[in-house]
Amino acid sequence: MRFFFFHLMPYAPLDLDYDKTHKSAWVTLPNSYYDPKLGADLYNRYLDELEYADELGFEGISVNEHHQTAYGLMPAPNVFAGMLARRVKQAKICILGRALPVLSNPLTVAEEFAVLDNVTRGRIITGFVRGIGAEYHSMAVNPAESHARFHEAHDLIVQAWTRPGPFAYEGKYYHFPYVNIWPRPYQTPHPAIWVPSQGSRETIEFAAARERKYVYLQTATPAEMLFKYMRAYREAALRQDYEASADQLGWSVKIYVAETDEIARREAKPHVEAFVNKFLRMPVEMLLPPGYSSIESMKGVIAAKKTITGGARTIDQLLEQGTFICGSPATVRARLEEYQHKGGFNIVMAGLHFGTLPAELTRKNMEMFAREVMPHLKDRVPEGYRPIAAE
Amino acid sequence: MAVASADIGPREDYITVAGCRTYVQRAGKGTPVLYLHGANGGGRWLPFMERLAADHEVIAPEHPGFGRSDTPDWFDNIHDVAYFYLDLIDALGLKGVHLVGSSLGGWVACEMAVRSTARLASLALIGSAGLHLKGVARPDTFMWTPEEAARGLFHDQALAEKMLAAAPSDDELERQMKNRFATARLAWAPRFYDPHLHKWLHRIDVPTVVFWGAQDQLVPAVYAERFGELIPKATVHYFDACGHLPQVEQPAAFAEALATFVRRAA
Repeated sequence: MRFFFFHLMPYAPLDLDYDKTHKSAWVTLPNSYYDPKLGADLYNRYLDELEYADELGFEGISVNEHHQTAYGLMPAPNVFAGMLARRVKQAKICILGRALPVLSNPLTVAEEFAVLDNVTRGRIITGFVRGIGAEYHSMAVNPAESHARFHEAHDLIVQAWTRPGPFAYEGKYYHFPYVNIWPRPYQTPHPAIWVPSQGSRETIEFAAARERKYVYLQTATPAEMLFKYMRAYREAALRQDYEASADQLGWSVKIYVAETDEIARREAKPHVEAFVNKFLRMPVEMLLPPGYSSIESMKGVIAAKKTITGGARTIDQLLEQGTFICGSPATVRARLEEYQHKGGFNIVMAGLHFGTLPAELTRKNMEMFAREVMPHLKDRVPEGYRPIAAE
Repeated sequence: MAVASADIGPREDYITVAGCRTYVQRAGKGTPVLYLHGANGGGRWLPFMERLAADHEVIAPEHPGFGRSDTPDWFDNIHDVAYFYLDLIDALGLKGVHLVGSSLGGWVACEMAVRSTARLASLALIGSAGLHLKGVARPDTFMWTPEEAARGLFHDQALAEKMLAAAPSDDELERQMKNRFATARLAWAPRFYDPHLHKWLHRIDVPTVVFWGAQDQLVPAVYAERFGELIPKATVHYFDACGHLPQVEQPAAFAEALATFVRRAA
């Protein structure tokens, strides 16, 4: 099992009673709720936590992108990767990911990643996402163009990294007479590309395609759904006549470790419940703007009514669903072993900070996870494991 | 939403224009009246259509991307829809068309008319989208819940209650979803307007009426004035105690006003 540390950088001092007057922590929550003095301390604390994960021996540390929300304070993740690039000595720096369709000029993504790749001498992992639905409200980008812009921006960036420039890129949404980025990326043929997703069939097929073999990172999902999506990726690979490696499959999950199950549950409870019930809170109109998902998936969501817009959830529900792992080191190890066995993934993207979790508990969680979980599982691979096959 | 007249009702038909199989309701004979529906979709035979069908051929399609019509590959923006309808007028061999557009359909009608009025006899806008007045607050209808959407359409909340009480069929729900997708494609950004349209509204040289509900919550009535100023032969007609859809909220008064306008414009 390969371990990465993930930070979302939520605005933890948020007045959690905001929901008495506002529908969501996204898009329309007045930014008067943000206090720059508290925010300055928070940013520095969070960056320290990412650097600490490097010291603790995680294979990589990860940042991501969200806009105009208390849920995550990294609107420009490459700024954060840039701040980490010269201080983090061992760990890979993962930017998971850039929300390609909501950016007005995706060529700048190719440039920024190439710079980071050079400065770190090839220690970055890039990620491409569509952004969640709320981002289309925040950035005034048409959700009906989301898939098409994603694919086109992706093609542009990969070509900018791999084709000798200058060349012309002629797409439907993006036109460049001269694609000729300086610098070129350090890694050959280009930095690794990971695709975090909530499990859309189209995204799984895209990542699993034989010519791409991108790491698929399942986010925020009950365990049963995780197993289904991992299977879908392997089946998509088989349809293209290759067997997917467990190194192509990852799970992004929130984890809390403490001395005993009871202590872990008690310490994590208010903070993980704040995460799901306050930071993640949004109405369906915000989460799924028209065109963002296919009509079929929209119908599924409406029929199931099991969206993140549903009623308040408790830590026990999260544990039962397997959307959160919490307990003593032995419990957490057993859970991860079980999920790896059933899901066949080899990458764990551990969200060891969540919601309002304070600094001391975050450090304790990171230390216990790094010392009492990781070493026991690092050599453990799913049955029939094989590395990613070169073409 | 609106109750179809049980008397005659329209013929239902599919025609293919610009590769798009298009659902059309038609009734009556005479000089043509082409009705372009708003963001909530078409396929509903409204009282004013029945009234006009006594003297006219009334043609009420569902737009490309909406309802029972195809979503063609070329369906990208409002201009595509405008050109499609200019093609449709040609394809049906229509002349002297009285063009009527509500909300999003009003925007399409304007985009058509600035391109060509050669086949048009008149233009009637109803709570039309398409323009933007800086500093005039408008609600974000893409953020509205279904209940807010129903309430926001009408001045008379009894109509909203009636709309909310009606349980739509699965087919109807799917069409509503399709209509929302199509609306997002056309109107997400810029939000329900074309920043260049205002520069060319002066080209509309046919008699024009701008109908507006005085209590329109979606597009405030100050927009009616602006359309009236920018379109040379336009008059503005307000309906009091009326929201975004006078043709639904005040069907008799609306039908009378439109019939009168069309008769004078002929």
